[in-house]
Order: sequence, then structure tokens, then C-alpha cells
Amino acid sequence: MTGGVKTILELENVTMQFGGVVAVDSLSMHVDKGEIVALIGPNGAGKTTAFNVVTGVYAPTNGCVKLRGKIIAQGHPTGKMKKLYAGSHIGEYGHLVSSTPDKITEMGVARTFQNIRLFKGMTVLENVLVARHMRMKAGLFSAAFHLNRQEEKRIRQESLDLLYLLGLGDVADEKAASLPYGKQRYLEIARALATEPRLLLLDEPAAGMNPQETDELSDFIRKIKDDFKLTIFLIEHHMNLVMGISDRIYVLDFGRLIAEGTPEEIQANPDVIAAYLGVDEE
Amino acid sequence: MTIPEKAPRMQSTKPSLGAVLTGVIVLLIYAAVFLLEQIVPPTSMLFTVLKKGATYALVAVSMNLLNGFTGLFSLGQAGFMLIGAYTYAILTIPAESRAVVYQYYDGGLIQFALSVIPALILAGLMAAAFAFLIGLPVLRLKSDYLAIATLGFAEIIRSIFQWDKLGAITNGSNMLRLFPTFNDFNLKNAQGEVTLYLSTTIPFLIAGVCIGLIVLLLHSSYGRAFMSIRDDEIAAEAMGINLARHKQQAFCISSFFAGVGGAMLAMYQNSVQAKSFTSAMTYEILLIVVIGGIGSVTGSCLSSFLFVACSEWWLRFLDQKQMIGTWEVPLLRNGFRLVVFSIIIMIVVLFFRQGIMGTRELPDLFRKQTEKAQKGGAVK
Repeated sequence: MTGGVKTILELENVTMQFGGVVAVDSLSMHVDKGEIVALIGPNGAGKTTAFNVVTGVYAPTNGCVKLRGKIIAQGHPTGKMKKLYAGSHIGEYGHLVSSTPDKITEMGVARTFQNIRLFKGMTVLENVLVARHMRMKAGLFSAAFHLNRQEEKRIRQESLDLLYLLGLGDVADEKAASLPYGKQRYLEIARALATEPRLLLLDEPAAGMNPQETDELSDFIRKIKDDFKLTIFLIEHHMNLVMGISDRIYVLDFGRLIAEGTPEEIQANPDVIAAYLGVDEE
Repeated sequence: MTIPEKAPRMQSTKPSLGAVLTGVIVLLIYAAVFLLEQIVPPTSMLFTVLKKGATYALVAVSMNLLNGFTGLFSLGQAGFMLIGAYTYAILTIPAESRAVVYQYYDGGLIQFALSVIPALILAGLMAAAFAFLIGLPVLRLKSDYLAIATLGFAEIIRSIFQWDKLGAITNGSNMLRLFPTFNDFNLKNAQGEVTLYLSTTIPFLIAGVCIGLIVLLLHSSYGRAFMSIRDDEIAAEAMGINLARHKQQAFCISSFFAGVGGAMLAMYQNSVQAKSFTSAMTYEILLIVVIGGIGSVTGSCLSSFLFVACSEWWLRFLDQKQMIGTWEVPLLRNGFRLVVFSIIIMIVVLFFRQGIMGTRELPDLFRKQTEKAQKGGAVK
């Protein structure tokens, strides 16, 4: 990479514990500007939990998350958790910081969901318009009295442009729930892009897709990365997709980071192979 | 894929056929109400139904804004109506009548009177202010819990307003009356004869303006934000929508209009008494919303008139002995109306699961037909 490599997202010793279950244990990782980074691991390894910590759905039990150097979430075990805590790292993360998901989205982090979460009662265009709401300047009253016609018209046009760019232009006025599964996945990405993110988090974007659709999705992810100058952090099970597009890969198993590296390094890593295929007990 | 990558430039916003037709229909309704009022004798049941229907339509739409469009299941409507009704009544009783109304409280504390419109707005604002304070703790709750909390709030408000320590303002558990009512909208000449009947048209106008404002809000970016919260809270938050703020806004706006509706109910009833704002009133409104269609403004308006007409007018004959020739129809007696009414409601709920309108609005009905016509044409 040329120029100053800039870290966009950084996780430091992030532990997420629910009751007695340590879902993510002391995860440290970073995502640099312009990279495509993948987080992989067997089912239940804690990938989505890690995503939820980054996007503010959960506050970390221990550790801290930084976005462009700024702490967006930080915690240490308190109260009952002090006794229960079973993470492998207990740190010096003094004061508690937590940001709600909407604040984090406002800071330029958008996400999609593993189990599609569209606004089903609304049209495709409205789904995208909702994501623009946060960036609109009009207050409640000027919006309610429709005094912001220019702005409203502009965001409608922008949202429509975005839909056409992603191949959803012809279904803009249909109900989101009536779209075929594949298009729903694309709409989720369109909606995330409409929040004007710099970092895009994709949670299993290829889930339920056939190999051909998966290939198309790889091209698509590369295309939006360039078009929208994004950094992408994704969770995925389709190894073809992950190995094809990722610059770096992190591997989680039982909440712990077991490997990190380029796709080639990961494919050759014995720990990863063991985690995925199991180890012979002798 | 053969979908063009360039979006078509949007045309200058011309109103759609559906919107124009809707406007025409609304105007026609207003013209009809105005004309009927001049022709039909004012004692007709028709006007009772129209006045109460307009009032309930406003309250039902305000409840729909919360329950149907924002997905917050709140049952505090009667409480906010009570606040609106009392605020309106307290502020508009003419100074010279106060001694009569507040006879047990030395004429009461407040000794001035506002005119109707400012009092209506203040009634809404007072309800919204209460909603704001209650919303702070209560809106963190979800679904059933929110319903229970708001229901409890409405009951507490009802008791507080009957508390005799506050009698100098609320007149305790006594009735508030002698404030301007719907009948005062009629224009009269010097002899006190009515020259122009407006006692139904003006309530229609007030309700119409308020419902119009709610519709405008629902079609704005905030309306979309509210609906996104209804459809998926987690996704809405991930799209940058501040849940706490938007829920609070929806709650306050809904309560504002419930307050105005409460004030209208006070005008309709000619008197206000806290004990009539029971949870049964909230359930009536909830029933209207459900029958009309959760998430349809048109449905709420339509069903409130149907509901009021059924309960006040069309089914009244069931409460009295009826003779066909010399044969007395069996079962008809006081209270039988409610039995029939309940059966009708059950049938409606069974056969119109989504309510009368589902989530459709008036313009959608026309849009469907024009679309069908266009598609039919294309096939040929």
C-alpha cells in the first residue's frame, strides 16, 4: 500500500461475556484504510458478536474499540461481572465508553445483517430513504410542513441513482418484502451505502447464494469498494469468496483469535485446518 | 442484467391521479356536511354521529400514528384526551360563569378566558408536555410493558384530576361546563336565531386540519423514520436513527393530537368530568384503529364514523321493544344493542383480519385501478 497506511478500525483485547459464556475472548485486530478484511471461523465462534460490539449493539465487557483513533466503546468488568469474568485479559480500560448504534453509523460505519433485516412494509426506495434520514438537515417541523422540498427531492434522486447503480432501479417502487432473496441482500447493501459510510461491515453477504451468485457478489464488493472509496470488513463462510477478495483474514475459534494473515498464509495454517476439520484424537 | 445504470431524472413533482381524486373526495365530503347542516334539522342523530365521529377520527388517527406507524403499543390515549379536555375547559370558561361552575371552590383560581383556537392548541401542548415527561422513563419499555405502563398512567391522571386539593383548578370531581361548545360555532343574528349552521362543519375542519398535519408528517422523512422503527428497530438504529429521540417525538405528537381530540370531545359533550375518561374509552379507540386497519389513516377515519354510527344510532332500535304488525320481536330489550354490536365486531375481525383498509390509503385504491388499466392495455 502506498502513502501513509491509516488504521480505520482497531479492537484492543475486546472480550464479550454473556453470563458465564465468553463469546469473544480478548480479540485484538485492526482494519486499515482501503482494505478488505475478513473474519472467519466455525459456527458459534463469535464473529457476529464481534460485529455487534463494533456497531454498538453490545458494550464490550472488557477492552476497547477505536474508530480512526477515537475510542467509541470501552469497558471493564464491573459489578457481578467482576466475579464471573472469565476472559483471558483484564485491562486498564478505566472509564466506560459506549456509543449507541445510531451514533456509530453517523460516524461512518454501516452494516448489513446476517438474517436480512429490511423494512418489510416499505418500498425499496423508502428503505434507502430511511438511511438518508440521518444526513438530512431539516428538523421535525420543517419536514412535517414539507418546507424542505428541495432537500427531499435531492435525496430521492440520489437514492434512486444509488438503486440504479446497484441494479435495483427497476424495483424501486416494490415492497421490500416482495423482492427475491438475492435482491434483498443487495438492497441491504444499498441501504448501508446510503448512510455514506467509510467502513462497511458485511455479515455473511453470500449466505444462501449459489456459486455463480457468489462470484457476482465478489465482483460487486470490489466494485463498490472502489466506487465508494470504502474499507470493507466482512464475515463469511464461502471460502471461495473470502480467499478471492480479502487482503487479510482473521480466524476466530471459540471466541479466540487463532490466526491472522493473507489468504495464502491462512490456507496453510495448521491451526485453522484443525479448527475447521477437527483434530484426530490420539 | 439489462437494467440501465442511470436513473431517470425525476419529473417536477406533479400530484398523482390518486392524490387529486382524494382531494376532490375530501372537498365533496366537506361540501356535503355543510349543505346537510343547512337543510336537515339540527336535532337529527346524523349530526351527533358526525360530530362525535370527527372527534374520534382525530383521536384514532393520533393513536394509529403511535401504534400503527411507529409500532409503539400505547394505551394512554384516554389520559391524554383528559388532559386536553380539562386544559381546554379550564381555559375557556367565561369569567362571569366561573362562580357558578366552581361553586364549591370560590369561583376557582383562574379568572380569565381564552378564545377557542388558542385554547385548543394549548390543550394539545399540555398533553404533549405530559407525554414528554412520561415518555422519558416509559418509552424504554417494549410492546406489552409499554401498554401496561401507559394504561397505568391514564388511570393515575384520572385520579389526580379528581383530587379535591386541586379543586381550585380542576373543580375536583365536579363537572366543568359552560365553556364554548360546538353549538357556539353557529352564527346567530341579534335575536339569537341561527343564520348559518356551522356546529358540524367547524369540528370537521378542526379534525381535518389535524389529520392533514399527521398525514403530511407521515409522508416526510420523519414519517419514514417512524415506520422503519415499526418494521425493525435494530435495523433502524443501524441506519442511524436515534430510537429514543424518534420514539419520544412520535409519542409527543400523538399525544398532542389526542389532547386536541380530548378538547373536541369536551366541546361535543358540553361538559367534562374526569371519571368518564376511563380505559374503556381507550379500548373503543383501539377498536376503531384495529377495525379500520392498523397503519391506515383512511381506515381509522372511516371506521370511527362507522363505529359511532353503530353504537349511537343504527343499532339503537335494538334497545326498545319493536312490533312487526302485532308480533313482538323477541330478545329486544335494553342492552341487547351491545350484544349485537359485539357480534358485528367479532365478524369484522374474523373476516377482515387486516381491518377494513389494511395498510392502504384512499389514493392507493385509485392507483391500483389505474395500474391495472395500464397493465391490461400493455397485454393487449
